[in-house]
Amino acid sequence: MLKDITLGQYYPADSVLHKLDPRVKLLGTILFILSLFVFQSVSCYLVATLFLVSVIKLSKVPLRFMTKGLKAIFVLMMITLVFNMVLTPGTPLIRIWKITVTVEGTKIAIRMAVRLIYLVLGSSLMTLTTTPNHLTDGMEKGLGFLKWFHVPVHEIAMIMSIALRFIPILMDETDRIMKAQTSRGADFDSGNLIQKVKSLVPLLVPLFISAFRRANDLAMAMEARGYHGGEGRTKMRPLEYQRRDKAAYLILAAYLTAMFLANYFVKITLPAVW
Amino acid sequence: MSIKIENLNYIYGAGTAFEKHALKDIHLEIEDGQFIGMIGHTGSGKSTLIQHLNGLIRATSGRILYNGENIYAEGYDMKKLRSRVGVVFQYPEQQLFEMDVFTDVCFGPKNQGLPREEIEERAREALRQVHLDESYYRKSPFELSGGQKRRAAIAGILAMHPQVLVLDEPTAGLDPKGRDEILNLAAALHREQNITIILVSHSMEDVANYVDRIVVMNEGRILLDDIPGKVFAHDRELEAVGLAVPQVTYVMQALKAKGWDIDSSVTTIAEAKRAILDALHRKS
Repeated sequence: MLKDITLGQYYPADSVLHKLDPRVKLLGTILFILSLFVFQSVSCYLVATLFLVSVIKLSKVPLRFMTKGLKAIFVLMMITLVFNMVLTPGTPLIRIWKITVTVEGTKIAIRMAVRLIYLVLGSSLMTLTTTPNHLTDGMEKGLGFLKWFHVPVHEIAMIMSIALRFIPILMDETDRIMKAQTSRGADFDSGNLIQKVKSLVPLLVPLFISAFRRANDLAMAMEARGYHGGEGRTKMRPLEYQRRDKAAYLILAAYLTAMFLANYFVKITLPAVW
Repeated sequence: MSIKIENLNYIYGAGTAFEKHALKDIHLEIEDGQFIGMIGHTGSGKSTLIQHLNGLIRATSGRILYNGENIYAEGYDMKKLRSRVGVVFQYPEQQLFEMDVFTDVCFGPKNQGLPREEIEERAREALRQVHLDESYYRKSPFELSGGQKRRAAIAGILAMHPQVLVLDEPTAGLDPKGRDEILNLAAALHREQNITIILVSHSMEDVANYVDRIVVMNEGRILLDDIPGKVFAHDRELEAVGLAVPQVTYVMQALKAKGWDIDSSVTTIAEAKRAILDALHRKS
């Protein structure tokens, strides 16, 4: 039942991208997404496409894992597309009854679609090549400077990694309790809304109890091993930049420069229709 | 009147990277009134198999006949099947959720749509069977001790009046006293009400002392299926799959190796006592 849902969606493979420092991947993803929205010319999209395709090739992750993320935003994308096409004023392209699709609207819609698709592909590439633990590690170190502003960076990172760790455990637990109550004749599927909500009580009460018990046990186990927060804590595998990470930063800088140059100096004129 | 499993296969996560063939070509016939022990190493498919018995998991292929009816047939009443085949999961006390013990035991019969008097009558009867005193009826399930909680949870299944009772590792995490209480309860239900009992366990002693048939699972297949004495004669095979035979069987084998004229296939302490005394009589 619930086991079929995969979260965190890490795809194990042996690629440069998997080995990269999570900080590089985090910053890279953020910059890539920003670049999609800052630079808007056609030539920039070509550069971005080239960059994305080569990074996907490098990652050794099958493309269908990335397109899974696209399915989730399909409805959202369709809505934005239609609204942009219909509501932007300009030269009419097609007119159906009272609705006019404009040339300008279509242009914006296509641009929006490309951006959204690239955004999803780019960010799912990061989660597919980075384990959740690595990701929180990267955030903790990458945002370490916030400590000077009294932001409890370590604690937030710890909370995040524990939460991520608990998701599969609680999913299993839900599955187990659901089966146990089904064996006692509970019915989670039929009835009207009120009956359905009521039928969740035999599931939620044991689930909450077990979640609290687990949280309590974990807190005890952490204290028993001397955990006292981030102060003075060292890492077993501290994140350190390797040569490939520096190279990755250089490539990132090169990409941004290319985007900048493409935006201001390369003009690609599209066929007359546009 | 029986459960008949034919050619059953189950594959977890079919079509994904995590595909696992959990049950392979299972054939099993369970007649009414049997007391069956099911043993196997962790991950051998025991729990997966018992979840098929009341339709919680649907087999990938093969079929299950309950009293001659295919449970996967169109329109088969799964709810009815679940009140006939009661499954007590591992750590059943974690499923308790009501404000008090009595109401919790009523949950099963209430789902069966019985009238209120009968629900309460059944709950009282079930709590009596598991030896929970009336002073506990109005207590919160969370005030009870571990063994009491487990008995309350089992009462929740018994109140549904199942004809087949499946117990998945019912003694896990209990002290010796709690363990004996649960196993004696199962034996009493079998003896007095002729309920078919399937006891999943990896304690050889528990199984040997109570059951009259043992099914050994390994890597999704049934490895052995026979009476305890014969199953435990395969000690090498059992050890090869990470199981063992009861301690007392090892003692008897050692005696035989020393030249005693003794039957080494005994599996319980009472039998062993008799066999050793007999052998001593014959000697003198």
